[in-house]
Amino acid sequence: ADFPDLSKHHNIMKNHLTPGVYAQLRDRVTPNGITLDQCIQTGVDNPGHPFIKIVGLVAGDEESYETFKELFYPVIKERHNGYDPETMVHPIDLDPSKLAGGKLDEKYVLSSRVRTGRAIRGIPHPPMCSRAERREVERVVTDALQGLPKDLEGKYYSLKTMTDKEQDQLIDDHFLFDKPVSPLLTSAGMARDWPDGRGIFHNDKKNFLVWINEEDHSRIISMEKGGNMKSVFERFCRGINEVEKLIQEKGWEFQKSENLGYILTCPSNIGNGLRCGVHVKLPKLSQEPKFNEILEKLRLQKRGTGGVDTAAVGGTFDISNLDRLGKSEVQLVQEVVDGVSLMIDMEKKLEKRQSIQHLIPK
Amino acid sequence: MPNTNTARYTASEEFPDLSKHNNHMSRCLTEEIYKKMRAVQTPNGYTIDSAIQTGVDNPGHPFIMTVGCVAGDEESYEVFADLFDPVIEARHNGYKKTDMHKTDIDPAHLKGGTNMDPKYVLSSRVRTGRSIRGLCLPPHCSRAERRKIEQISCEALAKLDGDLKGKYYPLKGMSEEHQDQLINDHFLFDKPVSPLLLASNMARDWPDARGIWHNDKKNFLVWVNEEDHLRVISMEKGGNINEVFKRWCTGLQLVEKYMKESGYEYMWNPHLGYVLTCPSNLGTGVRAGVHLQIPLMSKCPQFDEVLGKLRLQKRGTGGVDTASEGGTFDISNADRIGFSEVELVQMVIDGVEFLIECEKKLEKGESLESDIKGLKQK
Repeated sequence: ADFPDLSKHHNIMKNHLTPGVYAQLRDRVTPNGITLDQCIQTGVDNPGHPFIKIVGLVAGDEESYETFKELFYPVIKERHNGYDPETMVHPIDLDPSKLAGGKLDEKYVLSSRVRTGRAIRGIPHPPMCSRAERREVERVVTDALQGLPKDLEGKYYSLKTMTDKEQDQLIDDHFLFDKPVSPLLTSAGMARDWPDGRGIFHNDKKNFLVWINEEDHSRIISMEKGGNMKSVFERFCRGINEVEKLIQEKGWEFQKSENLGYILTCPSNIGNGLRCGVHVKLPKLSQEPKFNEILEKLRLQKRGTGGVDTAAVGGTFDISNLDRLGKSEVQLVQEVVDGVSLMIDMEKKLEKRQSIQHLIPK
Repeated sequence: MPNTNTARYTASEEFPDLSKHNNHMSRCLTEEIYKKMRAVQTPNGYTIDSAIQTGVDNPGHPFIMTVGCVAGDEESYEVFADLFDPVIEARHNGYKKTDMHKTDIDPAHLKGGTNMDPKYVLSSRVRTGRSIRGLCLPPHCSRAERRKIEQISCEALAKLDGDLKGKYYPLKGMSEEHQDQLINDHFLFDKPVSPLLLASNMARDWPDARGIWHNDKKNFLVWVNEEDHLRVISMEKGGNINEVFKRWCTGLQLVEKYMKESGYEYMWNPHLGYVLTCPSNLGTGVRAGVHLQIPLMSKCPQFDEVLGKLRLQKRGTGGVDTASEGGTFDISNADRIGFSEVELVQMVIDGVEFLIECEKKLEKGESLESDIKGLKQK
């Protein structure tokens, strides 16, 4: 009697939530008291679109992935290209010295960015955390950020106490995140008590930044103008490794497992949670009929310059890795670097009215 | 949304930051009260955190006092009385914990209102809400409970006959054509977009088990599972609010009779009257009103003062929180509890007749000074 009506729905959760699975899972609770209904609410409330595949499920806490694995595992498999959490191990590699090349042509590449998320073990995720738990996350992460080395040193701006002037500055820097308006996020409950416990840290050099308590406990971002992805990735790895060390000194850890990698709120972000991308000018290549096919073959994804679900402006695209789970950080950044280099070569050829046929990957 | 880790943190660590807030909940909730109520739950597992979430998420505005808390079930009003009692007292003009509510749904007691001037009164409407005892309210109900509410309501409504005979139209699977028709009739309700409602969780699983029932004559209508279990509405064009009220009373009582035949009843008690989701609707839950064309009177600087004395409230023609169009206002009773249904509709009739007189005088260029001076606070 309680089974949701998913007949008009198009999301990955719907593909795997049968009445049988629902009956099996509905009376289970995680150690934090989280239920299946809470995890699927966002997918029930947002039927989705046949052309845009969304997940439709969130993890209320780290244990959700295991407690409700009969649903989470097949969803993960579908979302991450057949990665099977039952049998596979996720590779982690945050050693930037392994990146080959990484300095992209600045005539085309306007900016480079790497982001990921991290969750604090023992505390439920933003959809389900209480106010006290959210404040605890804020405390744990900001304490650690205070101990960062010189070039990563910076300041924390709580959303609650930020001045108007600080707010304007953060918007101009493209740093500020705002209260979620997407129904995908709000119906999962992650906007509760806004802006309590939320804030932004950035270093004085303004190229290393941490969001606290937005969609995940923390989002870590390294970015800079231009095409030096090597430098961006190097700073990213150093920053994350430092933060992990500092929270461990206080007895905390990141949520992580052998088969799922780093654990985050949305199943689409587990593994490394890594989105490595550039803003790149490809006005000619993007008009080519094979553009989408090329992206697919290179395992890349395009977005507008405003981020997810925005439009591209003037032939400038946000190009980033498509995959998350099953490949290491180094592998993914390498794919972006190599793929973008290749696309720049194609753009140059098109500028000279030459063919790019031979450059298209098989 | 609750997880069960409350034991790990103190009430102090959990207490919401209400420093920038301005709603009834934020004015009444002290850390002491919060601490006491955090230790308990209703029999259906509803917590104080859930009840106040909408007030925490919507700080409100200094000029518009919203309530800021909702009930997840009938028992919420008892279990969290330490918060709800002062909120109710503040919102309902000093209605005390010990006060008793009076119910009067006998249309014979109503005077006048049979033919208010149609030049000014475009339409008349009476609505209320009802909840079915034993089932959780929209902020907390499960999908199964919501479907049960739909089933019970439809069974009762199916028994209505004569002028009240009608049909149920579930929101799920409604054709576009039919949807347009219902919008044109001013019947259709949509998925709530107001953050006040969304933050209390009542839009979950939309549009499952939501629907609209109306009679063939299209003047008696029931909303199922929107902000309350049931909203019962009687309306028609023109100024015969007396007839509207009569039909409303008849329909309401018949539906209750049929529900009782199936072993169900409305949530009601002698102190709070009819129990609904939002504390602002307790008592009668009645909003009786008209769409009134008063372009001149509404521009009069004492308009709001007059409404206050008449115990009336103005809204735009789109309902709550909308703007008025072309000098046409939705004028309705401001009170819900502390007066009976008949008394409230009587205030609307008397008040609207007064406003029409004012408008007529202004049309002739006459002064309203003596009328307004002589107007006593109801």
